[in-house]
Amino acid sequence: MRWIAIHLPQLPLEVFLRGTPAPEPFAVADSRGFIIACDRKAALRGIVRGMAAPAALALAARLVVRPRDPAAETEAVLGVAAWAAQFTPAVSIALPDGVLLDVEGSLQLFGGMGNIIAALQSGLADMGFSATLAVAPTPLAAAWSALVAVSTPAASATPVTAAGAASARATGKPPLECERRRVGGPHGAIPAAVHALEPPQLEAVVAALPLVVLQGTPGIDADALEALRGLGIATLGQVQALPRDGVARRFGQLLLDTLDRSCGRLPDPRTPFRLPERFHAGIELPFEVTQAEALLFAARRLLVQLAGFLAARASGVQRIAVRLIHRDAVTEVPIGMVAPSRDSAHFALLLRERLASLANSASLREPVRSITVSAGDIVPLAGERLGLFADDAVDAIAPGSWEKLIERLRARLGTQAVLGLAAADEHRPERASISAEPDTGQPRPSQLSLRLPQEALPPGERPFWLLEEPRPLRELASVPHHEGPLELLAGPERIETGWWDAGEIARDYFVARSPERSLLWIYRERKALDAEAGWYLHGIFA
Amino acid sequence: MREIQLKAPPAGRGIPRHPALWRGGELARMAQPGVASGFAELDAALPGGGWPVAALTELMPAHEGIGELRLLGGALAALARKGQHLAWIAPPHLPYAPALAAAGIRLGQLLVVRTKTVQETLWATEQALRSNACGAVLAWPAPGIDYTQLRRLQVAAEGSRALAFLFRPPAASQQASPAVLRLLLDTDRGGLAVTVAKRRGAPLTHPVLIPALGFRLPRVASATAAATPSPIITSPNTPHALDRHPPAAAAA
Repeated sequence: MRWIAIHLPQLPLEVFLRGTPAPEPFAVADSRGFIIACDRKAALRGIVRGMAAPAALALAARLVVRPRDPAAETEAVLGVAAWAAQFTPAVSIALPDGVLLDVEGSLQLFGGMGNIIAALQSGLADMGFSATLAVAPTPLAAAWSALVAVSTPAASATPVTAAGAASARATGKPPLECERRRVGGPHGAIPAAVHALEPPQLEAVVAALPLVVLQGTPGIDADALEALRGLGIATLGQVQALPRDGVARRFGQLLLDTLDRSCGRLPDPRTPFRLPERFHAGIELPFEVTQAEALLFAARRLLVQLAGFLAARASGVQRIAVRLIHRDAVTEVPIGMVAPSRDSAHFALLLRERLASLANSASLREPVRSITVSAGDIVPLAGERLGLFADDAVDAIAPGSWEKLIERLRARLGTQAVLGLAAADEHRPERASISAEPDTGQPRPSQLSLRLPQEALPPGERPFWLLEEPRPLRELASVPHHEGPLELLAGPERIETGWWDAGEIARDYFVARSPERSLLWIYRERKALDAEAGWYLHGIFA
Repeated sequence: MREIQLKAPPAGRGIPRHPALWRGGELARMAQPGVASGFAELDAALPGGGWPVAALTELMPAHEGIGELRLLGGALAALARKGQHLAWIAPPHLPYAPALAAAGIRLGQLLVVRTKTVQETLWATEQALRSNACGAVLAWPAPGIDYTQLRRLQVAAEGSRALAFLFRPPAASQQASPAVLRLLLDTDRGGLAVTVAKRRGAPLTHPVLIPALGFRLPRVASATAAATPSPIITSPNTPHALDRHPPAAAAA
């Protein structure tokens, strides 16, 4: 079993700041008014964890202090778990700020642990979280290692968090041998300790973990930990060195069981996280934005989350509902696609075009306070099929690029501007050509005519261009004129039809040549009313 | 001043043939074969034996409707048969589906884009070329685009494997353009005279005459016209039931 633990040390801060960078120093306070997290700007002013909010305001006059939002934190953890489910189905949550993945079965598919770790790091950075990752054979060991790897004395730019300050106090030494990789969060680089613990080394590594990792474990209360500290115990190894029956009597069997589970001596089953049926996620923007680019920045975090969720379900979406919430109003930005997709870059492109067209209208004048992305209709979408032979790849169009082109054009020009064509079973020329959906050729729902099969084409030559409205032509000496006298080349072709609805026509069609030698399709209207009788230009043979 | 004529040197003398050498009188050798236009006279005059792939072609008809689209019909039908998509951007009138179907263009693979401004037209053309999803892109930009915008389209076309056709007014032939092929179209003796204003390789001094564009006249002409396509004019004085005014209108 290989467990990867994702720990989000900056979560109270990032639920506010991952959408927009903060222009002012920002800090999060708990219910009693003490600072629990602050960003880099505030840390530079000297604000540390545990300070009272008024004291912090005295240090930085423009500090923005927000109360902690546990609901948003939980939602963020669930969102990360849903995103991480694309790597393995065995995902479980370690509240308040951790996600555990068992990737033993996925190593072959992703090509090794390194690829999975790299994908996790880049994805978490794209979503706006700074995270630490750790790998171990048991979930508890992985979770504790990730917790401890947050801050080391060597990292000077690390903002202050709860676990970090505590562990720095508990152990003065840097934690375990590990290979450091930086996960660039938006609040400064945090070294991510990633190390693979082989089972023989597991005992040694767990033994070196400080006592603070047991904080928050259900069943082990703070009094027990205080008592252990009072005994002079600082690491888990020292706890394990104590006589087992004595520890069980004084601190409870649960402590021993937890330690056994972390070393693999007892099983530690975890309930798997179930993916929700629909996707809904939101980011609150504490500093209101009006620029389309800034909104796109925040929305991109959510689109990456959506793409991961869809990959976990092996599905795609055809409609995404993006909502911009202002103070008193809500702006809906729907994004529709011709074919289902789960490409977050494509979603972001379409959203950018929509926001650009919205920015010209009045909807974005009001500042946006939060942005939500939801997708309800999830359809199964298989992966791409690759060709076996090299020359297939050269000539073939990338699958889905035609649909993506249509979606991109529609996002900017509007759905009505990008259409296909279909021929209808109609003798009336203006109704024989109807607009349809481009790829399937199905007529749009507003058209009632049937589609004409390719073989049954009208007799007689038809022009490539049809004018939208037939243009009346002057008639001089019984010869129609259009930039000069027209010479009739062929005809007449009489079309009299349409008596069953209001569009009755009775026309004689001719092919005519104009003085500039262009070929035109004209007709003579044979209706009785004077205003309509006469020659009209209907098409151009290009 | 005496005309200087380029002649190939007699065989066996002069510089021997070599693929890396280009003689002054010959057409450029293209890396990719062009898409055949279906008209032998035109293919012989185009480098690559057809329309250039992954490059911009400008067509400048003297008037609308002299056959500029029928010139492309063969190539477009061949592309549609191979399953490639076509995009028409900002066409001046409605494309007529039965005529396109009769020319062999599969309607399901055609996309018609209507734009409101010239910026939208250029953007849509660039997107269609860059997406590499189309076999051919035809665009009718408004007159007045400049060299930089054309250069952008040319660069976008080079990155794809599509045929790119721009339809421009004949006055545009006076401007410089980065397109690799520029054709001026005019009618001549019932056929089409194609003046190759610019092509890769040696310039062509005389226009290419394409006698017939494959335009067949309708067979529903009356019996007297069956022999020759002589003009048939139905005189407005011919009595026809629908021509008679209804008595009610005269009385009112």
